[in-house]
Amino acid sequence: MQASPPLLAVEGITKRFGALEANNAVDLKVAPGEIHALLGENGAGKSTLVKIIYGLLRPDAGRLVWRGAPVAVESPRAARALGIGMVFQHFSLFEALTVAENVALALDGSAPLDEIAQRLSETSRAYGLPLDPKREVWRLSVGERQRVEIMRCLMQDPSLLILDEPTSVLTPQEAEGLFATLARLRAEGRSVLYISHKLDEVRRICEAATILRGGQVVAHCDPRAETAASLARMMMGGDVVPIRHDHIEAQGPVRLAVSALSLPPLHAHGIALANINLELRAGEVLGIAGVAGNGQDELFAALSGEELAPHDAAIVMDGVAVGRAGINERRRRGAAFVPEERLGHGAAPAMRLTENALLSGHATNGFLRYGLVERAKLTDFVGKVVRAFDVRKGPADPEARALSGGNLQKFVIGREIARKPGLLVVAQPSWGVDAGAAATIRQALMDLARAGSAVLVISQDLDELLEISDRLCVIFMGRLSPAMPTAEATRESLGLLMGGAGMAA
Amino acid sequence: MKLVMEKRSETPISLMLISPMIAVALTMISAAIMFALLGKDPVAALQTYFLDPLSDSWGLQEVAVKATPLVLIAVGLAVCYRAKVWNIGAEGQFLFGAMAGGYVAIITHGSTQGPWLLPVMLLMGAMAGACFALIPALLRTRFGANEILTSLMLVYVAELLLDYLVRGPWRDPAGFNMPNSVMFEPEATLPLLMAGGRLNIGTPIMIAVVLGFMLLMGRTLKGFEIRLVGEAPRAARFAGFSETGLVITVFMISGALAGLAGVLEAAGTVKQLQPGISPGYGFTAIIVAFLGRLNPIGCLFAGIFIAITFIGGENAQIMLRLPLDATRVLQGLLLFFVLVCDSLLLYRFRLLRGAAA
Ligand SMILES: Nc1ncnc2c1ncn2[C@@H]1O[C@H](COP(=O)(O)OP(=O)(O)OP(=O)(O)O)[C@@H](O)[C@H]1O
Ligand SMILES: [Mg+2]
Repeated sequence: MQASPPLLAVEGITKRFGALEANNAVDLKVAPGEIHALLGENGAGKSTLVKIIYGLLRPDAGRLVWRGAPVAVESPRAARALGIGMVFQHFSLFEALTVAENVALALDGSAPLDEIAQRLSETSRAYGLPLDPKREVWRLSVGERQRVEIMRCLMQDPSLLILDEPTSVLTPQEAEGLFATLARLRAEGRSVLYISHKLDEVRRICEAATILRGGQVVAHCDPRAETAASLARMMMGGDVVPIRHDHIEAQGPVRLAVSALSLPPLHAHGIALANINLELRAGEVLGIAGVAGNGQDELFAALSGEELAPHDAAIVMDGVAVGRAGINERRRRGAAFVPEERLGHGAAPAMRLTENALLSGHATNGFLRYGLVERAKLTDFVGKVVRAFDVRKGPADPEARALSGGNLQKFVIGREIARKPGLLVVAQPSWGVDAGAAATIRQALMDLARAGSAVLVISQDLDELLEISDRLCVIFMGRLSPAMPTAEATRESLGLLMGGAGMAA
Repeated sequence: MKLVMEKRSETPISLMLISPMIAVALTMISAAIMFALLGKDPVAALQTYFLDPLSDSWGLQEVAVKATPLVLIAVGLAVCYRAKVWNIGAEGQFLFGAMAGGYVAIITHGSTQGPWLLPVMLLMGAMAGACFALIPALLRTRFGANEILTSLMLVYVAELLLDYLVRGPWRDPAGFNMPNSVMFEPEATLPLLMAGGRLNIGTPIMIAVVLGFMLLMGRTLKGFEIRLVGEAPRAARFAGFSETGLVITVFMISGALAGLAGVLEAAGTVKQLQPGISPGYGFTAIIVAFLGRLNPIGCLFAGIFIAITFIGGENAQIMLRLPLDATRVLQGLLLFFVLVCDSLLLYRFRLLRGAAA
């Protein structure tokens, strides 16, 4: 074991985007059969490094050594030929195609589809990630999509599997399933390069870690011998500022009231909302917990106005019935929204940050004058958001897709908070952001509420909800439980509700 | 079997600019080969095609006159295509514009009118084009009918209607039974700008439209909406933009510009209605729009380039006895190469074998 060369050695890799050094002389070794964590703050250069390993980006300097021999990985195809598979931070599936077709596309040979579908269902069962090859991808939940991505890699029998933040979108149960699969991969002698911001999880499943800060390696360590806090300190070069917990019982006026809201599913495999009731007061944060795919998307669409309610009175904001009002009408009344999917929903990938500021702010932020877009105002606004939320970026006004995942999330949230909305509805606020940024975002949400706004947080992350919510409810199969004060909620009671126990029919 | 196009992960801007230039170069090479096969000296033919039209004032004016309708239509199509709405029927909208404007000229024929006549004709033309384009837009938004097919088929409706009108009700009584209307009165025709050619005020109108659409696409909320709907439909909904409304808007915009081009052509160059009023401008403008990267200024340059091939083709017909169809072949080759270059540079192709699940 000691004598055998590492499966992959990264030596002195440097990558620049213009003036920005995303990777600076990075070294890293992955042994066979090792689950190796790659850690770092948002924008530290993790995705950049693995894209280089996978042949998607060309390094400016340095080399890759595979099984002891230097290799030039010119393309993902070359990477796959070596035995490297990768699952991206943002999904790269074709929504309109079936699971089998998506897998077939990634395979470099040209086996007939039926054969691929056959192999796929066998392999996926063997790894404990069952999949129906004939389902179309748009019908799948986030967790299932990720399974497709992983199976797509495993079908090619890789020696090294790269996972870029695989669990940030998974429910705890789904994450457990993934860990079991990883254990099995390790037992088969395969290696995994694992990127995650969830440090507890990293300490559980990884036996080696490389930590990046500002594009440079600051440490190689064994995460099992570290604490989450010590790992975080290495990543950030300082301590995470703990956020203020003070769960309150808000007495302010009701800013959002939803009554008897029912809505058909958004698509064939969506969930119908059934008789949703909730009340949100000025000054409080209300958390909505639930396993993904229980109607969160539908609830968000109904609250934002992307999907109209059947009656005007079903949704009342600040005393005004808005159930039939569109999203901009609601924004003009002081509401702001942050959807779960940042690329493609909250932001347009190929558009610049200024244009993405216009996207959600054109009705409310006074960006227009004489019908013309005022670029100077947009630039100022983006500057403000970038400073307030420490959005790290290369050029002054990059396209949204050029931001690292966590930095885009900071921008999309900051863009709405900067408006000081009276009502903020946000889904998965700290999806893919590092510990420091998560704390900043959570603090900002609480501060917004304490300043008199009402904040509704839809999240799968129970720890997050317990930390910032004043009251909590659970969504299950399109039904919403009555809200309880956070002080009375325990992980156990919430877990039962999330599994559907005790829900009034 | 299924052919799938994947967008490549990184597309540098330089590639986006180089692609049309490679297409032009490939077209020139193929054209030279074609000329050689037709037994002509390729160098002389290329010179006749691409250089001679630019060598005197008459040629330059002709290029401007040809470029005017092409650019006008292409600018409107570019707006549609940016929103991923596929209006293929600009030719029909062009003819409708010409008929509506021409109708005003015909009914006022023989009586003196005020200076209001031309503006009314232009307005009628633009409105008629917009209304005709509304048909495929509504068919798509109401019934989900594919706009590529419906807009294309409506071209034949417009062509046959024009044909009927100039052979029937609108035929020039003194025209020896020729299928055309009366010649328009001078006040129903566009003022010329220069002696020794046909350059008229249509060209400055076209340039104003190009500038106006630069502003629209780059600086207004509507322009942003159009780009966003084409780029990220879900984000467009989040921005509060309605796709249905937008489909109708962009169809009407492109229809209005095609209609305007039609009436400008009828009142400026042809000065009457006749079946052959358009040498396929509405279709050629599709090439112009793509060659111009769906950008108004790009369309201006692309339109000028295509206009040169038209004039060059006429020269080549006279001087080298090359068939006029050679020009069509040339333009077809150009579109082909533009699409091929774009597709190969910006996309990757994959073939899926076996029955789709
Ligand atoms: N295509 C690109 N063009 C310009 N800059 C880029 C590009 N891709 C990444 N960057 C920049 O490089 C830096 C590193 O980005 P990277 O995506 O590697 O971060 P990350 O460590 O994966 O962060 P996160 O945890 O937020 O996903 C960021 O500042 C980002 O803005
Ligand atoms: Mg990343």
